[in-house]
Amino acid sequence: MTPKPRVGLFVTCLVDFFRPTVGFSAVKLIEDAGCEVFVPAAQTCCGQPAYNSGDRAGARALAEQVIALFEGFDHVVIPSGSCAGMIKVHYPSLFAGEPGWTLRAERLAAKTHELTAFLTDVLGVGPLPTAWEGTATYHDSCSGLRELGVKDQPRKLLAAVDGLTVKEMRDPESCCGFGGTFCVKYDEISNAIVDRKAADVRSTGANLLLGGDLGCLLNIAGKLKREGSTVEVRHVAEVLAGMTAGPAIGGAKR
Amino acid sequence: MSGAPASATFPKNARAALANPPLLKAIAHIEETLVSGRRRAVDALPEFEALRDAGRDLKAHTLAHLDLYLEAFEQKVVEAGGHVHWAADAAEANSIVLDICQAAGARTVTKGKSMITEEVGLNAFLEGNGVRPVETDLGEYIIQLRGETPSHIIAPAVHVNKEQVAADFRRVHTDLDPRRNLDEPVSLLAEARGVLRERFLAADVGITGANFLVAETGSTVIVTNEGNGDLSQILPKTHIVLASIEKVVPTLEDVATIMRLLARSATGQEMSVYTTFSTGPRRPGDPDGPEAFHVVLLDNGRSAMLGTEFEDMLRCIRCGACLNHCPVYRSIGGHAYGSVYPGPMGSVLTPSLQGLETSAHLANASTLCGRCESVCPMRIPLPKMLRHWREKEFERHLTPRKARFGLAAWRFLADRPRLYGLTTRLAAWGLSRLAGKSGALTSLPLAGGWTRWRDLPAPEGGTFRTEWAKRGRH
Repeated sequence: MTPKPRVGLFVTCLVDFFRPTVGFSAVKLIEDAGCEVFVPAAQTCCGQPAYNSGDRAGARALAEQVIALFEGFDHVVIPSGSCAGMIKVHYPSLFAGEPGWTLRAERLAAKTHELTAFLTDVLGVGPLPTAWEGTATYHDSCSGLRELGVKDQPRKLLAAVDGLTVKEMRDPESCCGFGGTFCVKYDEISNAIVDRKAADVRSTGANLLLGGDLGCLLNIAGKLKREGSTVEVRHVAEVLAGMTAGPAIGGAKR
Repeated sequence: MSGAPASATFPKNARAALANPPLLKAIAHIEETLVSGRRRAVDALPEFEALRDAGRDLKAHTLAHLDLYLEAFEQKVVEAGGHVHWAADAAEANSIVLDICQAAGARTVTKGKSMITEEVGLNAFLEGNGVRPVETDLGEYIIQLRGETPSHIIAPAVHVNKEQVAADFRRVHTDLDPRRNLDEPVSLLAEARGVLRERFLAADVGITGANFLVAETGSTVIVTNEGNGDLSQILPKTHIVLASIEKVVPTLEDVATIMRLLARSATGQEMSVYTTFSTGPRRPGDPDGPEAFHVVLLDNGRSAMLGTEFEDMLRCIRCGACLNHCPVYRSIGGHAYGSVYPGPMGSVLTPSLQGLETSAHLANASTLCGRCESVCPMRIPLPKMLRHWREKEFERHLTPRKARFGLAAWRFLADRPRLYGLTTRLAAWGLSRLAGKSGALTSLPLAGGWTRWRDLPAPEGGTFRTEWAKRGRH
């Protein structure tokens, strides 16, 4: 018997802090697909906040940490298109002119995957034995969509969920206004953007908003909740793994 | 540049825009007009993506040999009987144009739409020197009456609604019947056409920009939808083209390639209504055309971008697609940027033109969502270049102190996994307790930027890594 692929889970700082359920959902999905999952304990942040704030040295220091922790696995999987994009698309550029580090960064980039893309494109996972009764709409987070081409993968997996209908927004590909530190640096503009997104979500009539990036989901969930909307917000992994017993993002505890 | 807010006060400008309902209503139309139009046009052209590659490659090639193509262009203009003037900066460009106007004894000049004349502030300069510029593009004419600058590079008056235009026309066109009906756009158009027709005939000099300069033939090319550019350049005795150096392309074939991208990206048209080629002055036997033909080539910081991480920006063909698809532009419109060029392309270009000190907000006021790059016909990596400006800001210690401190604190923690684990565990527990059963926080000290507008979903309780360790996993 061939040994199981060894998968390093980079859980992301936001999932670690706000929503461990997403991490456990990812673990279940990857394990059920026949892989062995490892969670290096020393992982913290991918360095994206520093990178997008112009602090290349700060981003680089964290990139070194991530590379050292994860380069030994067969695959690195991340329940976030944004952090996966950071490693896959941007890490190599942080080490320009250093062949040794560049090679390590490129090797890590090549085996790093956003969760739903890993399940469908790499593992070829078929219909999952899970159910969710209701209508969902899906927000395409910017980095996953435009840096990694994550679009059909989550929809393909959701299409097989028993009882679930996906109803698209008018503009599922428009930014939600989160943008990392943007949402607090330019909070009024961020609010105007998430306002339009929340309206688009509501106009679908869906009772569940799904997405693959916790930053965006915290933002949209926070806005919907402030508006008094009853639309639940969850990470797509939670529904796919059937881990929906707990409250939704920002939802009241039962 | 009269009354334009500065980019240094961007947050304040944005706040004012967000509190301006007529403005927000006007810019909301961009979705159903320009964005939908582009999508339809692109969907109808299977080779659009391949054309983008071709456009990018031919512009990149031209920029790599810019000196060669500019000199070839100059030679062809001269051979056709025209004149070429080189302007290093805005002041030089303005004084060259004024000299030509004065030599022609000009009192009135008509202008086709030109962002370069906005960049150098030509109108104010001419007015200050006794020459009256008349904008002939309808949008430009409207904002000239209003004393404003363009809020969009192809739709300069996109921020204005038709009621405002009617009021402006009544205010300025005082010789017309005050009881006339101006309720419909078509009546506004007819009135502007009537007024402008007289101006075209009275003008001594016509000034236009250029969408392309063709090295092969010495031609300048403009595309318009109103034909106003044609009348500006054919009727007066002197035609001045003011264009920036990166507008040059090698051949007429190259013009055709980029034209297939330009209108589709801009408005969703297959082609603009008018495409006009000007090659030298009127020749013996020509039925019309100017007696004198001048091309003023403006650098204004562009050659300094060559060979830098900002060189790709010089591929820009000013279609405006990045503005139309930008969530920030779509929230606040163009004036809030406080720069000649708004939106993503403006935020990349402006620091090159006016310095980073007064424009650092522009590079930061982006979610880096990447939609601009995904629609750019020239495949300009706009988010990457916005990030480059942020890096320059950080290197030069222009980043605001609060943000620098936040970054340093985050790095300190993230570099120390044990301390990070402890801190996040405590904070997650605390916030979760604070939120209680509600599951979200409606206000939180130090997070006012977030909680002013939305609730903060509370952490579930334990961090993932703690819970993972509790389960005895590795």
